Amino acid sequence: MASSSLQKNLVNYLMFGLTGLCTLMTAGILFFILGYLVYHGGRSLSWAFFTQLPAPVGETGGGMANAIIGSGKVLLLATAIGIPIGFLGGVYLSEYSGRTLSFVVRYTTDLLNGVPSIVIGIVVYALVVHPMGHFSALTGGVALGIMMIPISVRSTEEYLHAVPVSLREGALALGAAKWKAIVTVVIPAAVRGIVSGTMLDLARVAGETAPLLFTALSNQFWSPGWNKPTATLPVMIFTYAIAPYEDWHRQAWAAGFVLLTLVLLLNIIARLALARGTYVSKA
Amino acid sequence: MGTSAIVHQRAVPPGKVRSFARRLRAGDELAYLITLIAAGAIFIITALVFYELYSESSLARHKFGWGFLFSSTWDPVAGNFGALPFIYGTVVTSVLALLIAVPQGIGSAIFLAEMAPPRLSNISTFLIELLAAVPSVIYGLLGIFILVPILEHDVVPPLKSVFGSLPLFQGAFYGVSLFSAGIVLSVMIIPFIVSVSREVLLSVPRDQREASLALGASQWQTTWRVVVPNASTGITGSVFLALARALGETMAVTMVIGNTPQIKASLLAPGYSIAAVIANEFTEATGDLYLSALIELGLVLFGLTFVLNGLARILIITTSRSGGH
Repeated sequence: MASSSLQKNLVNYLMFGLTGLCTLMTAGILFFILGYLVYHGGRSLSWAFFTQLPAPVGETGGGMANAIIGSGKVLLLATAIGIPIGFLGGVYLSEYSGRTLSFVVRYTTDLLNGVPSIVIGIVVYALVVHPMGHFSALTGGVALGIMMIPISVRSTEEYLHAVPVSLREGALALGAAKWKAIVTVVIPAAVRGIVSGTMLDLARVAGETAPLLFTALSNQFWSPGWNKPTATLPVMIFTYAIAPYEDWHRQAWAAGFVLLTLVLLLNIIARLALARGTYVSKA
Repeated sequence: MGTSAIVHQRAVPPGKVRSFARRLRAGDELAYLITLIAAGAIFIITALVFYELYSESSLARHKFGWGFLFSSTWDPVAGNFGALPFIYGTVVTSVLALLIAVPQGIGSAIFLAEMAPPRLSNISTFLIELLAAVPSVIYGLLGIFILVPILEHDVVPPLKSVFGSLPLFQGAFYGVSLFSAGIVLSVMIIPFIVSVSREVLLSVPRDQREASLALGASQWQTTWRVVVPNASTGITGSVFLALARALGETMAVTMVIGNTPQIKASLLAPGYSIAAVIANEFTEATGDLYLSALIELGLVLFGLTFVLNGLARILIITTSRSGGH
């Protein structure tokens, strides 16, 4: 009896250690990634990186100012396209939906979420780039915008659902129309969750590379307006990393460092905002 | 046109028209319509994705038929296209990734959901969620410059000295290979397995655990004999979800797989994946047939992820329904 109890405890500690080791190895990867990027990227980062155009092949120095602006433009456009559709779709699912139709919408949202990003790139190429006849920031924004929709729908629906029914009933009892109750009571109660969800969504597409290869393409120069091929940080990292020039590799590390910092900061801010107390006041 | 509208208006009882107008003025119909249009747009976009892939690949589908999936020649110059080397590379790298990621991911999920003290669990979960947010191209960057040299100098030589006689580890190793791609992929999918499996484990009802603990079982015995069997369907779902991600993963794989359309038994040989060939050749494809063949590869990828995601969804829903009351 005593020996079996000893064995039981031993196995328990052993498995605690083993599964703990798995967790340590998994979480440890993040520190490896951060460490390498800070080490290589931090060394390669200079003021010129943020202010200058890429140097021509063979010259050293230069920066990626055009790619930073380009990424900003494409992401802005993606947000302008993806978030309204996603947000309103989420409101529909949470507040207005009937049974069958909401099942269809939920299912297609999940499906769209699972479509590999490269496939979205192909579709936007066939649908928008090909008829327009050229690559552009605009089409890059469309591709990333489509990718933003599913997460936006999901998070909007989730946080609206979490708003207590009593709040809605209170507004309706005061004589407000349903839409007025939603706009003035329900959405404001969930706004923290929805904004955080949007930030996570933006962080996810900020690092997307594959769909931009066939839509925004890239550019070694400034690309004013929305109708020219546009450099973006992720695509620059890709092209610079696989190029055979030592100096380009340094630039790729610097760009990787900047991109990762941006993505992780968005994530940390959004997650802390969600974790701080509740996103809606649960009565 | 005008007369028919009048006829239509007359056909509706006057009371109903007034109440519709009133509701429109009150804003509810309008708000409903706006959100309905957005929801409909999501449906239309998803349908368009499938339709575009299907119609734009018609040239290649008609020319090669089902043989496209089983032919191993990829010769853009001669206009001969077969998907087999890419399907092979995609499947081999994904399976390798699962072999590494599934034990480690499920082990971590069990630790986070069942074994760890709450504080430690919360911090680790936060870190692993951040890991899931690292962009694919960053994994590729680390793959090329950090992982490949490590494999080349420290991992593959001892591996070859032990398993060198197996066909899996024969031939020269140049760094970029199916092996490297599989390892990078495994790191990328672990966070998904962890976060979904953890939630599935947490949805197992508390009283099941308490009953087992009250009978004198240790924490591990409770976890392994009571909680995990209850959650196994959902955990399988998380693995399918991770597999779907691995199949469609593009940038990191493109950067380390070697981009050579060949079928070799050795994991150390360079290969090619579906997503990687699309990324590399799409903008350079000359001729409609070439482009159409690449789009058909996209259709194959879409089909695979569609089926896997569907299965995963069913499995995960079944578990959380049966478990979460």
